[in-house]
Amino acid sequence: MALPIYASTGERIWYYTFRVICALIFIFLITPILIIIPLSFNAQPYFSITEGMLRLDPEAYSLRWYADIFRNGMAAPDATEGWWADMWANAQWVRAMKNSFVIGFFATLLATGFGTLAAIGLSRSEMPYRGLIMSILISPMIVPLVITAAGMFYFYSQIGLSQTKFGVILAHAALGTPFVIITVTATLVGFDKSLVRAAASMGADPVRTFFKIQMPLILPGVISGGLFAFITSFDEVVAVLFLASPEDRTIPRQMFSGIREQISPTILAVATILVIISIGLLTMVEILRRRSERMRGLTPS
Amino acid sequence: MADMTALDSGVMMAADGTPLKKKLKQALFLSRVRAFALVAPLLLFILASFIVPIVMLLWQGVHNDTYTKNMPLSAKALYEWDGQSDPTESMAEALVADLVVARDNKTIGRVATRVNREYSGTRSLFTKSARSAAKMEAPFLEALIDKDKDWADIEVWKAMKIASKSYTPAFYAAAVDMTYNADGSFERVEEQGRIYVKLFLRTFMVSLVVTLACFVLGFPVAYLLSTLPMRTSNLLMILVLLPFWTSLLVRTTAWIAMLQSQGILNNIFVAVGITSDDARFSLIYNMTGTLIAMTHILLPFMILPLYSVMRGISPSYVRAAKSLGATNWTAFWRVYFPATIPGIGAGALLVFILSIGYYITPALVGGQNGTLISNFIADHMQKTLNWSLAAALGGLLLASVLILYWIYDKVVGIDNMKLG
Amino acid sequence: MKLSHVMLGAASALAISTAVYAEDKITVVSWGGAYTKSQVEAYHKPWIAKTGNQIVSEDYNGGLAEIKAQVEAGNVTWDIVDVEYSDAIRGCDEGLLEEIDPSILPAGADGTPAMDDFIEGAVTDCAVSNIVWSTIFAYDTTKVSGVEGISDFFDLDKFPGKRGIRKNPKANLEMALMADGVPAAEVYDMLETDEGVDRAFAKLDTIKDSVVWWEAGAQPPQLLADGEVLMTTAYNGRIFNAAAGEGQPFEVNWDGQILDFDLWVIPKGSPNKEAAMDFLTFSTETEQLAAQASWIAYGPARKSSGALVGLYNDGKTEMAPHMPTAADNLGNALVNNFEFWADNQDELNERFAAWLAQ
Repeated sequence: MALPIYASTGERIWYYTFRVICALIFIFLITPILIIIPLSFNAQPYFSITEGMLRLDPEAYSLRWYADIFRNGMAAPDATEGWWADMWANAQWVRAMKNSFVIGFFATLLATGFGTLAAIGLSRSEMPYRGLIMSILISPMIVPLVITAAGMFYFYSQIGLSQTKFGVILAHAALGTPFVIITVTATLVGFDKSLVRAAASMGADPVRTFFKIQMPLILPGVISGGLFAFITSFDEVVAVLFLASPEDRTIPRQMFSGIREQISPTILAVATILVIISIGLLTMVEILRRRSERMRGLTPS
Repeated sequence: MADMTALDSGVMMAADGTPLKKKLKQALFLSRVRAFALVAPLLLFILASFIVPIVMLLWQGVHNDTYTKNMPLSAKALYEWDGQSDPTESMAEALVADLVVARDNKTIGRVATRVNREYSGTRSLFTKSARSAAKMEAPFLEALIDKDKDWADIEVWKAMKIASKSYTPAFYAAAVDMTYNADGSFERVEEQGRIYVKLFLRTFMVSLVVTLACFVLGFPVAYLLSTLPMRTSNLLMILVLLPFWTSLLVRTTAWIAMLQSQGILNNIFVAVGITSDDARFSLIYNMTGTLIAMTHILLPFMILPLYSVMRGISPSYVRAAKSLGATNWTAFWRVYFPATIPGIGAGALLVFILSIGYYITPALVGGQNGTLISNFIADHMQKTLNWSLAAALGGLLLASVLILYWIYDKVVGIDNMKLG
Repeated sequence: MKLSHVMLGAASALAISTAVYAEDKITVVSWGGAYTKSQVEAYHKPWIAKTGNQIVSEDYNGGLAEIKAQVEAGNVTWDIVDVEYSDAIRGCDEGLLEEIDPSILPAGADGTPAMDDFIEGAVTDCAVSNIVWSTIFAYDTTKVSGVEGISDFFDLDKFPGKRGIRKNPKANLEMALMADGVPAAEVYDMLETDEGVDRAFAKLDTIKDSVVWWEAGAQPPQLLADGEVLMTTAYNGRIFNAAAGEGQPFEVNWDGQILDFDLWVIPKGSPNKEAAMDFLTFSTETEQLAAQASWIAYGPARKSSGALVGLYNDGKTEMAPHMPTAADNLGNALVNNFEFWADNQDELNERFAAWLAQ
């Protein structure tokens, strides 16, 4: 939308005003996320940029909040012997990190496995009651989380699953499946059925056809669906609030009580690490998406 | 085809001699079964881990058998009572017998809590009376009144009658600020106790404002992104996708750092002289904070569907309009804008549905008047343990979301949902 | 020789392994922060040293929801929990807690029988109290001076500025009435009437627009330190720790304080019930209760502990004057009436929420 040379003055003014407005909106979107990065290096226990930081005084910056991530909850944070074992076993944030990854991993596994199969089934034209089943399977994304979590808390309590890791994994798997279905379905759209027929006509059995033809084509979708499911679990806090026992707390849960009770820049340090993780995941998803579109012969958008 | 089969003495045969039509049907049936078998595991999983729990919870909103289960004799006696006349001796006898059992089983607390929800202030009446119930002798009504004069109050018995109905509209009534009376009528609760209708309205208002704000902010950005060359727009897209992929908690924390009274924005305001040091703005822990943070968090959900629709609108439409003499505004309003409506519908519905059930952000930055209905559902589940009321509130919230979901399906189609 | 050596080694290894096997591991759940730290120092460490058992310490935010979920699911993972009085009573009534036989509680160090040694109300059917805490109001002495009593907390003309208040009707309604001139002894009688409740809300109305609401005990000292509020209600121990431990210039005003108990309870069906009972009796002995007072300014629930309360762990601050139960602090004090709150909290919570939403 370059400005044509014959544009009137009014059009020129509007053109630049519009760009400024958009720039402001982009600033609104991104500043809060970027601002926490310098704040997490603040030497002072405040949530604001100090004068020293503006002067780039090295004294004003420190890594103490990052050290705090490891030291919080340790039995003897200053001991030299057994520091690593102590940190690994006792540090609160480290434990939360472990829980987040364990829960996220198994929830992703469940969601991706079930979700991929279902997406393949749903993409077949012969699928009966397609609309109804699709709306049931997507509903975990739509139903307010509080209702989901409260229902699970109520029901899982009765069957002995609440206050267990397994209960949280089930909950997160259910919440993650819609994302897998949506992404895998997207890669199946425009899937050329003649490829399957071609493989069959050349003597490949259905299993072989699936692994040699279909799988490579939908794999990027499966992986990005899996990443979506993982970030859903990794970021989810309501179900954890209801279902998890204190020893199964995840990072967002730990952040939630941190914000509620005692805001310290340690939370900002953790947040910075999470931002870096999400940048990594975002990059992976983008690469996969483009790869998938290239493979299917679409122009990457 | 029909002619041919007619010619060939009626039926076309497959290689193995079965009629082709039947064979085709079989094959079709088999492939339907195969397709369904692929979906079945997930369907079962979602039903068992997600749908059943929610249905079970919602069931509590209309069914609460705390009283009937733990006070069976009394429940029966109350059922026979008309709810108007003075309590009878047989009702009192049944009650005392049940109180003794309930105390032994340690269920008296549940019963007391249940009745107390219908008539506040009666909890200790039950727990105390249960303690001495074993020693009570006939006539029981007098013995009860001797123990506590509140037993002479007919309202207590009415409350018990309401509680003794297992299937009850009482909780849904409470969820819309009504009381359900023993005679089956409803009335509004007193002015100072009305809260849930207000909260539902506030939740809808907040969702509406957030949706509007997302639209106003999202439209120009999506437009810009869709008109820029691919390379630049992909680069700028990162600014939209990064917030989308960043943890909700991180973004909420970030807004606390930005908006609190010693936070960055206020510090800037003080530094440039917009306000003085002791008159800093209250931007967080109130409605303002909730609106700002929610808009920021949900904005990508508006931009992404808008963007994908706008990408598909050919620029030649607008050019054609202009070449036919339309002004810039007319070309935009009459030609371009109508083409974006599917994207607006998709984004707006998604944002609205998500914000209506929002919990975490209002809980953390909502403060006094920025909390929403979800926060109360969570409170009733976790703090007051009034699960039936939570279920009733949840049922109303869920119903409104499902209606919107249905509209979304009709307008946009669930299949067209896209991510990233 | 060699054989016997081996035999001996095997036997001792066996002995060690059985000893390890016999060790219990209990999960103790409490409120976190400075409070849990005081319990770890005064209860956990000596108990571990004495019995060789292990303790997993967990934090929670109060309430019965988790206990109820665990007990009803028959999947109890918490062995002993520090709860508020109303939850102890309610949990007991609802059959969620193990009953505690008061005869297992040892006599005080001075020989007083346990039931006489504990403050009245500190031992219930299912719970044994460890501390007496109180809700007070506090302020930063560098910014405020000349505060006389609770009425000043509600006086925006005399002390203009924000107030921190817990987002809960409990304690607030009582304080509002006392600030309005109601004597402590009459507060609950007055709250039983509609006019009394209206009067309390009317008093709260006078400062409503200047209130910053807090929910967790760690927030009020933070609000004061950040200058977000001029005065705040708070749990006295948290303010004391910020003042004595971190050197903050905070002062507690005891006028209109509201005393309350914290109690140990054991969820019904705890897998380590015996060890949990042992921990419960051990931690509520005279010495341990007195020792806890040197870590946080909460009063021991046993009278016999009073004499043993000494210095704060900084080695110089005398603890006795900072106890909610100190005679000087009880001039105008109110003991929380759990029965009133058990009866009326549903209604008052809803009214409070409606009032907030106005």
